Amino acid sequence: MTEKPYEDIPGTFVFDADRSREGYWLNQFCISLRLEKNRQAFRDDPEAHMSRFAMSEEQKQAVRDRDWNRLLELGGNIYYTSKLAAFDGIVFQDLAAMMSHMSRDDYRKMMVDGGRPIEGNRYKSEWEKK
Amino acid sequence: MARITAGIACSHVPAIGVAMDKGITDEPYWQPVFKGFEFSRKWNEENKPDVVFLVYNDHCTAFDSSIIPTFAIGCAAEFTPADEGFGPRPVPVVKGHQKLASHIAQSVILDEFDLTIMNEMEVDHGLTVPLSVMYGDRKPGDDWGTLVIPLAVNVVQYPAPTANRCYNLGKAIRRAIDSYPEDLNVHIYGTGGMSHQLQSERAGLINAEWDQNFMDMLVNEPDKARQIDHIEFLRETGSEGIEMVMWLVMRGALDEKVTEVHRHYHVPASNTAVGHLILENHG
Ligand SMILES: [Fe+2]
Repeated sequence: MTEKPYEDIPGTFVFDADRSREGYWLNQFCISLRLEKNRQAFRDDPEAHMSRFAMSEEQKQAVRDRDWNRLLELGGNIYYTSKLAAFDGIVFQDLAAMMSHMSRDDYRKMMVDGGRPIEGNRYKSEWEKK
Repeated sequence: MARITAGIACSHVPAIGVAMDKGITDEPYWQPVFKGFEFSRKWNEENKPDVVFLVYNDHCTAFDSSIIPTFAIGCAAEFTPADEGFGPRPVPVVKGHQKLASHIAQSVILDEFDLTIMNEMEVDHGLTVPLSVMYGDRKPGDDWGTLVIPLAVNVVQYPAPTANRCYNLGKAIRRAIDSYPEDLNVHIYGTGGMSHQLQSERAGLINAEWDQNFMDMLVNEPDKARQIDHIEFLRETGSEGIEMVMWLVMRGALDEKVTEVHRHYHVPASNTAVGHLILENHG
């Protein structure tokens, strides 16, 4: 296993080949929701639509729970999981707020005020101190 | 002879396209974003290219996880705006320049950059938003006003091509375009960025100081900019800030010395820092 220099970035899942391999069917499920015919199938029978993709039980549960960070942890990629959020009618910015455990308004205000600052957000060790 | 006369860097935030499509660009939230593009549209009108070579990334639209080309050039006659889950954007079909595209593909591959050739491809906001920014409102039946050659770069699955690789590819594209016999005015776009993170607990990260330094470096010291490694992009500019490697392709295709005729920087558009440059070539 090669060393991953990006593992010490806090609050971040870098979507590398290992994650891509683990999340393959989860991501293919999510991206299926780009098309209306698949959205309809998922609306009609969520379990049946999910069963068309070889996801793990953990991944399916994270889909059922709409546990957005867990989906990323299990190999999901944000461009894919955001299609599931869009299916639920959640806009990207509100999804970002949910993933960072902030209210919609607080997150929006943070962005208008210049975004999440880089200071204190470069290394996991900086978060552990908090 | 075909010539690259200018390079344009531009974020491709989907919300910018949505704001234009909904006609809400005058709202206080959006006004400062679009103010910075007013000069660009005028400049573009006065410096009309025949062809735009547009470096962008696909966001699991044409390429889902099943196929991930590092570099893919669009050689089709036209490229349809894709349905990204909300219906296709109400913008014109993008017309290609097939002869120039296949000339570039051939030249660049013989120059040892192994491109994937796309003879059919739908395009997403990564490509259409920068066109909307530069060409203004266009409806589905309209003409964009330019032909476009898309180059899709993988920046979704790590690792994206390095900044240095992108810069050198830009040089190869320059050689290819310089050797095309027909007189054509070509602009090259590098899109995406600037600092942004869309995922997990660090979502919303912005690093304005880094972004401004990057723009300075890209303009004046490209040899330094192309040495930025992936870990710096990821840590300093957020996991999606890595898109900025695509600006290096654009810069590599320009002269050593360029004139910066316009710069625009604004935070935020949705979750992202918007950055934009117009650089003129002299050679
Ligand atoms: Fe992008």
